[in-house]
Amino acid sequence: MSTLVRDRAPVQTSANTLRPPRKRLSRRVLLLGAAGVLWLLGFLFLHGTSTLTLPASELTDLHRSLNQFNAWVASNRADNPVFQYVFTPFRSAVDSVANLFTGTFAASSTGLRLPEIGWLGTVGLLSWIAFAVGNARVGLLTAAAFTFFGLQGLFTEAAYTFALVLTAVLFSLLIGIPLGVLSGISGRVSQVITPVLDFMQILPTFVYLAPLALIFLIGPASAVIATVIYAVPPLIRLTAHGIRNIPENTREASDSLGTTGLQRLLTLQLPLARRTIVMGVNQSTMAALSMVTIAALIAAPGLGQVVVRALQSLDVGTAVNAGLSIVLLAIVLDRVTTAASRRAEPGAARKRRISRRSRYILLAVSLVVVLVMVQLSRTMLWAAAFPKNLNFGPDIVSGVGAASEWLQTNLSLFTVSFREALTNGILNPFQSLLTETPFYLLVAVVLVAAYALGGWKLALVTASCLAAIIYLGLWSDAMVTLASTLVATAVVMVLGIIFGVAMGRSNKVDQIMRPMLDAGQTMPAFVYLVPFLGLFGATRFTAIVAGIIYAAPVAIKITADGIAAISPTVMEAAVSSGSTPWQVITKVQLPMARKSLALAANQGLIYVLAMVVVGALVGAGGLGYDVVAGFVQSSLFGKGLAAGLAIVFLGILLDRMTQAAAADPVRKIRSAKSSAH
Amino acid sequence: MSSPDISVRNLWKVFGPGGEKIPKNPELSSLASAELLERTGCNAAVRDMNFDVAKGEVFVVMGLSGSGKSTLIRCLTRLIEPTSGSVLVDGKDVLDAGTTELRELRRRKMSMVFQHFGLLPHRTVLDNVSYGLQIRGASKNERYAKSREIIELVGLKGYEQHFPDQLSGGMQQRVGLGRALAGDPDTILFDEPFSALDPLIRRDMQAEVIRLHKEMGKTMVFVTHDLSEALKLGDRILIMRNGETVQCGTGDDLVGSPADKYIADFVSEVPRADVLTLKWITDPVGSGTPGDAPVLSAGTIIRDAIPTVMNSSCPVLVEDSGKITGQIDRDSILSVIRSTEVAA
Repeated sequence: MSTLVRDRAPVQTSANTLRPPRKRLSRRVLLLGAAGVLWLLGFLFLHGTSTLTLPASELTDLHRSLNQFNAWVASNRADNPVFQYVFTPFRSAVDSVANLFTGTFAASSTGLRLPEIGWLGTVGLLSWIAFAVGNARVGLLTAAAFTFFGLQGLFTEAAYTFALVLTAVLFSLLIGIPLGVLSGISGRVSQVITPVLDFMQILPTFVYLAPLALIFLIGPASAVIATVIYAVPPLIRLTAHGIRNIPENTREASDSLGTTGLQRLLTLQLPLARRTIVMGVNQSTMAALSMVTIAALIAAPGLGQVVVRALQSLDVGTAVNAGLSIVLLAIVLDRVTTAASRRAEPGAARKRRISRRSRYILLAVSLVVVLVMVQLSRTMLWAAAFPKNLNFGPDIVSGVGAASEWLQTNLSLFTVSFREALTNGILNPFQSLLTETPFYLLVAVVLVAAYALGGWKLALVTASCLAAIIYLGLWSDAMVTLASTLVATAVVMVLGIIFGVAMGRSNKVDQIMRPMLDAGQTMPAFVYLVPFLGLFGATRFTAIVAGIIYAAPVAIKITADGIAAISPTVMEAAVSSGSTPWQVITKVQLPMARKSLALAANQGLIYVLAMVVVGALVGAGGLGYDVVAGFVQSSLFGKGLAAGLAIVFLGILLDRMTQAAAADPVRKIRSAKSSAH
Repeated sequence: MSSPDISVRNLWKVFGPGGEKIPKNPELSSLASAELLERTGCNAAVRDMNFDVAKGEVFVVMGLSGSGKSTLIRCLTRLIEPTSGSVLVDGKDVLDAGTTELRELRRRKMSMVFQHFGLLPHRTVLDNVSYGLQIRGASKNERYAKSREIIELVGLKGYEQHFPDQLSGGMQQRVGLGRALAGDPDTILFDEPFSALDPLIRRDMQAEVIRLHKEMGKTMVFVTHDLSEALKLGDRILIMRNGETVQCGTGDDLVGSPADKYIADFVSEVPRADVLTLKWITDPVGSGTPGDAPVLSAGTIIRDAIPTVMNSSCPVLVEDSGKITGQIDRDSILSVIRSTEVAA
């Protein structure tokens, strides 16, 4: 989720000063072109041979041995010392924290009794907290949203999801802030942590689940652990960033007064980094919500489960109803944490409209009201369980269901022809190009491309990734996923360039688009599937469209920032020499924003990959299907686990290739360093 | 100049890999900057500097950007770690100081005022000024009482509860000055403190520094790239170029007898009559000069001597510590003024 730009080392090294860089570039293009020709020729003569296709229900020996490992873990869980003394106690600790929150807000652990605090108390308490850390507006928003969950008939589910997010964020804070501070202070810690975070960031959410379920069983504990793994990197990154990026002159001034390291941390770095850290909490929370809903696949209770079940039975009405709750919850969490970060801004205190004292009085008075509400919800049934006669959920479900059916029947001419045109016109040919080329040929082509882009080092990494995918026995499935991913990314890049350039060139467009993009980025991945399922039905196409919509905001934003960052002087110079707007875009803005474009492609790929995999829930094939099937059928567990690993390797491959493409061919100039710092 | 406050000997700061070897290597250390960079990839920002700063003196280090003056002043408290040499403060070498000693030095003996102020944006003026006192463990009452005193001294009374971003640049630098003064250090280091301010505010602040120096008598080391600022404030001025001392002396010395063409170029636009004293234009006493002619001290600035010379019908005698050393007349004064006009 974090869009912080990672530092990328230029991959190409030796470039002779005497040789002009242009020559080097043309060699790159030459190699890439040769690889392309090789591929097409090979496809023409050899297609259909050595494709390594593995039917959905068939297993390789590796998958079988993973199955055996699964069985071994299941039978030895009780008495293996590693489980007995490490995993199981850890799991019960996480479980007990999760149960504390779910028991408080959602339902007792058996699910039969009412929660400690009924709906009225929950609404009151959460709104008060939102008011206390943020402002009155987000307090009211919280109250309205949680009441609306009740009206949707999803209060308990929403409370479950909220409780799990709360648990995960709590653990994330416990782990993330100390690690972030350490990594901000010490270069050595940062050197160790950064590659790990980079790696965690390219893992699609999906792939954590199977291994964690294997070790920690399905249920809230695994869900929380998976969520923490997914949610903690942005927090660590932003905390470290905040601690490290204290203005140099402020830091120097504080040093000149003789501060100790600890004093510097407490009086300077933490106060100045506070806003960035709270922004990290915001990102971490949004990531947590996204993951908690996906963790429904390993039996995490809550809204995610409603959506998963609805997706599996293609019940668009229910999916939309629950999806709406997730969106609302996302908005609430985002607004509250954003308001909190505004409050944490240096100098925010003096810009407030009401004095500190009257605010405290207001907080105290409203706390009393909230406590009354909590007490009521513990004693009165109407305040404990949301009244059934106020449940409009079924109406929403049937209404949306009918609307979706109407859309599918009446718009089918448009949607189906659109879908079929794209599927048959682009997707299928491209997919068969990838799946029907002999694997050795494709490996060779990719390796040549990798060498052209990043030299031997990249070729080696690429070779290892490809070898791993072949070893995992999922080559063909991986190619199916790759095809969808590449097609979706291409569309994302087109959108990214069109909207990014529009935003970068015009403040007005930027002002209109940015809030929408921000909102789009805070939505959990899952939710994107729902509306397109309603439009396009359960096909691979739905997953691809969802992936495009999921990844487009990131790509657009990065492109727009890249274009906007070009210095106005350069633009003025271009315009004053008589360039047309089109010339300015193609000759100045896009070339100068090349790095941002490559970064946008990189991030777009990672996002699309994550979504295409999740899209297996609505009929996308490939690796995602294997993963989902692994959750459902124990005989396919091993294959699912292998598919998860294959996704990881595919992700690393795509990430490294795009990064290398982004890196400049180094032009070595003996730089005269500035004398001072 | 008995017992100098700060005494710098053979100080080097070399940036770049393997820089620590260069000062000891007689061949490399004698190379010019460009050659050194070419040969070793290292950049000698401070090379073999030697100077003393007397107690209570305002010592100005002047040079163009990139001459190494900011690096030099940071080496004095090791905000930048010097490569070799020694910096004696009260007879002790700062370069030998351990972490605790160094911290004590920064807390109590030398504090610094920065070009970009370096104020803490999340703290009020009062908390910024008292920051140094807080760091060394003063109680809240004590540090606030002291800070209020200082805030009044630097002319910020009434702004105690303001935040830095509510103040103008000049006022922000007053806070920076206050923060440096609050710890009652022996020496204050100024790193181009007024370069970021506009000219009128700069003049006010210069006057402020002169006033504070008169009132408190602190030793000051002042880095600037502005010659008129240097001449206005400095008891002595050290001119740096490429990390080396070019000339060190009073403003009078620099303008009157520049050490080389570089300095001569530098000072060519200075209104000489405003800087030079009579000793630079004194001629031998002429035979026609009457014994009862007016007498002026050799330390008098030429411009101040103009009324006396113009009102006198004969040349004016110049005395130095009770002895008549020569005479000046209208011609000698006019020649100084004319040469300035021509240069300008």
